[in-house]
Amino acid sequence: MTVYIMCFILFLVGLYGVLTRHNLIKIVIGFSVMEFSCFLFLALIGYIENGVAPIIKEGLENPVYVDPLPQAMVLTAIVIGLATTAMLLAIAIRIYKKYGTFDIRKVNELRG
Amino acid sequence: MELIPALYVVLPLTGAFLIPVVGYFVKDFQKILSVIITLFLLIYTIWFFAAGYDSPVITKVGGWEAVDGIPIAIYLVYDGLSAFLLLTVSLIAFLSTFYAIGYIKRFTAENNFYALLCLMIAGMNGVVLSGDIFNIYVFLEIAVMASYALVAFGTEKRELEASFKYQVLGGIASLLILFAIGLLYWQTQTLNLADISLVLRSGSHPTALMFTQALLIAGFGLKAAMIPFHAWLPDAHSSAPSPISAMLSGVLIKAIGIYALLRLFFNIFLMTYEVSLLITVLGALSMVAGGLLAIGQGDIKRLLAYSSISQIGYVITGIGIGMLIVVNGGNKTIAALSVAGGLFHLINHAVLKGLLFLNAGAVEYMTGVREFKLLGGLSKKMPVTATTSLGASLGISGIPPFNGFFSKLLIIIAAVRAEFYTLAALAVIMNFVTLGYFLRFQKEIFYSKEEFIGKLLYNKLPGTMKFSMITMVILCVLLSLLVIPCLRDIILNPAVEVLMNTGEYALNITGS
Amino acid sequence: MNGMTLIVKKVTQLMCGLIFMYGLYIITHGHLTPGGGFAGGAVVAGAFILLILAYGSEVVYLKKEETQTSIIESVSLLVIIILALAGLFFGTYVFFNNYLPQGETGKLISAGIIPVYNIFVGIEVAAALLTIFLALVIYKEEVKT
Repeated sequence: MTVYIMCFILFLVGLYGVLTRHNLIKIVIGFSVMEFSCFLFLALIGYIENGVAPIIKEGLENPVYVDPLPQAMVLTAIVIGLATTAMLLAIAIRIYKKYGTFDIRKVNELRG
Repeated sequence: MELIPALYVVLPLTGAFLIPVVGYFVKDFQKILSVIITLFLLIYTIWFFAAGYDSPVITKVGGWEAVDGIPIAIYLVYDGLSAFLLLTVSLIAFLSTFYAIGYIKRFTAENNFYALLCLMIAGMNGVVLSGDIFNIYVFLEIAVMASYALVAFGTEKRELEASFKYQVLGGIASLLILFAIGLLYWQTQTLNLADISLVLRSGSHPTALMFTQALLIAGFGLKAAMIPFHAWLPDAHSSAPSPISAMLSGVLIKAIGIYALLRLFFNIFLMTYEVSLLITVLGALSMVAGGLLAIGQGDIKRLLAYSSISQIGYVITGIGIGMLIVVNGGNKTIAALSVAGGLFHLINHAVLKGLLFLNAGAVEYMTGVREFKLLGGLSKKMPVTATTSLGASLGISGIPPFNGFFSKLLIIIAAVRAEFYTLAALAVIMNFVTLGYFLRFQKEIFYSKEEFIGKLLYNKLPGTMKFSMITMVILCVLLSLLVIPCLRDIILNPAVEVLMNTGEYALNITGS
Repeated sequence: MNGMTLIVKKVTQLMCGLIFMYGLYIITHGHLTPGGGFAGGAVVAGAFILLILAYGSEVVYLKKEETQTSIIESVSLLVIIILALAGLFFGTYVFFNNYLPQGETGKLISAGIIPVYNIFVGIEVAAALLTIFLALVIYKEEVKT
């Protein structure tokens, strides 16, 4: 049970990074930390006591496999996370060219 | 017959990946293909309604049948609520694509625009049709990723900043949804929506379930732009190109935000008093705050974006009143009336706000500016835009015989009969505030005495833009016919039945 | 951007072939060992990206490469959709069916059409990652000049 609470604390650490940093790239890194905490949480859910990896091998009779479904979910979520990070970085470098700075306190033309 | 749901997802996806390959060699291929795909889906949805509907169409991807009564395949479910939302999505998608043929000529990378638009349509169709909770997340991400790229399409300063804000906030919401999906799997050991419903109704895990519900309301509430999760909407919807603003404000926040809340909280979870109260309060706050914030805006598209928040508040209030009545054990016909009013306002707002954004795009196309101070007196030079905009403004302010009047009337009548007098009074007051700022919108752009300083960039609007706007204003008048009982039974009632019979969804799927 | 020193260039020349073969192994044995399409595709893309980083971007025709990888990505995704739809005609009337004969568990040629899907997904992922990398490099070249 403590493992799951620590995953949630890692999520909050990433959220702290997104909310308080002023550099655009540090916001992207905080976002990545949040993503990794979600993947860790999903992968830990499938654990069964004394289980082995879910691959068929000769020489083992009646093994207890860990749950393979959360592992498939994590693979899909990693692909989605990659696309999100690539999109964020592409927009960030274009903002650098147009505004001349990475500081979000200066990137604030839209107001009200 | 079993393959119909798969067609809605595969066809736009194929189009999205054919366009870069063939459009590189053949000129104008992308426009023809997008129009053909959206027109085909629209005609198919209307034919599905006309042919009659009795039970949901279920596609099991891969052909894996259920084992011991437990579904193991990925299901695509096409029932009354999905059909209603697919009608909205297909309608606005076809009209926006047709409008975009004339509007997008000034950008250079036209190929990518149509490919991203088809991808967004595929994602939205997938969310509405999916019968599996992780698949909702995957298709949600596809649709939202395409919309991030489309908001930043012009690559000017403001559009990039708006897209970055939208991405960070939308990404946090998606991660909250993923976390909640993990918690749901932990408690129920299955991902299929019908199976989750059966497991949750037979056991009870109080604390973790309430935490999951709170995370889901936060995540999907941000996608649906409820207060207090609305901060990304004015920037993103005002900076996007106009056909994309019409699609975003018209269908995206409804198909991935409100549809998910409806499906999860009516059919999957057991309704509790706290959740119903929370949803109604958030809806009422959105109604009031969106309208009040729209009064002092100086940019035409930003005013329309804040007005979207207010109208989505109407939809959520209607649905919340229905949930509160069902939880308190009250009269089910009043609850059905309120939910029907909410859903009717959903399709009305899609058409009305889509038309208003297309008008704002036409004004920007001809004049090049978007502020109220600089515009004025355009009704002589742009007669089609002025007339259609007048129709849409009267419709959204609830003037009969346009469609906005009937949907708001249904919600207010249901609120009064269920003795929520505060909500009814708020709805009526905000209606007059909406009338106020939309009359200002009309006067300052089209009918004021001070003429527009500067010269018009083009002589006349392209024909495709005029066609879309005139079709939508005719639809505004035609949609008010949905209140007549015979049409209402075909289109609205299946959706309301699916929501009111909360246990039927699971029985329909695991029974067959 | 400039290339790196001579030692990096020589080591990359030796290693990139091995990395490419390792990625192909992960893709084709996706139904027997962990990995599959996406992980193998990422490793194959890594082999190409390593080459471009070590030798500098002047030795590559950037715009032509980017068009080629973009078209390869779209074509392989269309092939995947065609394979999924072809399941309608062989066997039963079902989408995404597994219709090739399934051999015994544990052999390389078994499990129906899943290895074929793995191969095309691997090509698609490698091409997509390369397109993203080349797009960012092209943008950086434009900004500098």
